[in-house]
Amino acid sequence: MQVPILKQGDYLIALIQSALTDADLLRLRDDVADRVGTFRSRGVIVDVTSLDVIDSFATRTLSTIAHMLKLRGAETVIVGIQPDVAFTMVQLGLTLEGVGTVLDLEEGLAYLNRRTKEHGKP
Amino acid sequence: MNGDVLEGSLISIRSDSDIVAARQAGRLLARRIGFMGSDLTFIAAAISEVARNIVEYARHGEIELTLTHRGSATGILVVARDRGPGIADLQKAMEDGYSTGSSLGMGLPGARRLMDEFEITSLPGQGTIVSMRKWRA
Repeated sequence: MQVPILKQGDYLIALIQSALTDADLLRLRDDVADRVGTFRSRGVIVDVTSLDVIDSFATRTLSTIAHMLKLRGAETVIVGIQPDVAFTMVQLGLTLEGVGTVLDLEEGLAYLNRRTKEHGKP
Repeated sequence: MNGDVLEGSLISIRSDSDIVAARQAGRLLARRIGFMGSDLTFIAAAISEVARNIVEYARHGEIELTLTHRGSATGILVVARDRGPGIADLQKAMEDGYSTGSSLGMGLPGARRLMDEFEITSLPGQGTIVSMRKWRA
């Protein structure tokens, strides 16, 4: 299942809509890295609201996405980690160290506005 | 209602899409057994981790999900079996952050923390069996 990636001004929004296989996650990683270049995006929101499990592979891939995009000059924020999913990640010992995480899409946009403004626009 | 799913199911694990199928079947069975809330996510995540170990190290295997009883307690039993290379150092494999593959090394120790009971037997060259149980509160 391919994850739709929407363009919203300077930002991209990856809207995960169903359970993702490992291959789907890797495809998302590659797609979003490509699109950041194509659209010269300054920020990316990955909406994981509909994921009912974020296991070690998903955590590693989300973390890779954020760090890759940072190297490409874009900020990443993960939005919508559900309470049970967060609890499970803690029990699994998984952290998203150095990756922005906020409650929902609205907070995600506010987060990116703050982060991208810090660097200033030419 | 599907009687097979209520009693349990056997899922062949060959690819990453089977990992998703196994954890979804586990969540479904757990819900039918009467698990609620975060327990459902715990069970699904633990299944995901042991299923991924099969795909990553053994290439193929199976996961059996069954309803289990002990005394007055009811729970779910998850058995993951493969005939892969086995695990040379089980003690190390159960340590956080230890991995011989490309993973974070959080899978098996993480799955153990999510479930109530966790047993692993592995013989180099013969395969690995992980049995884990969670009891309904």
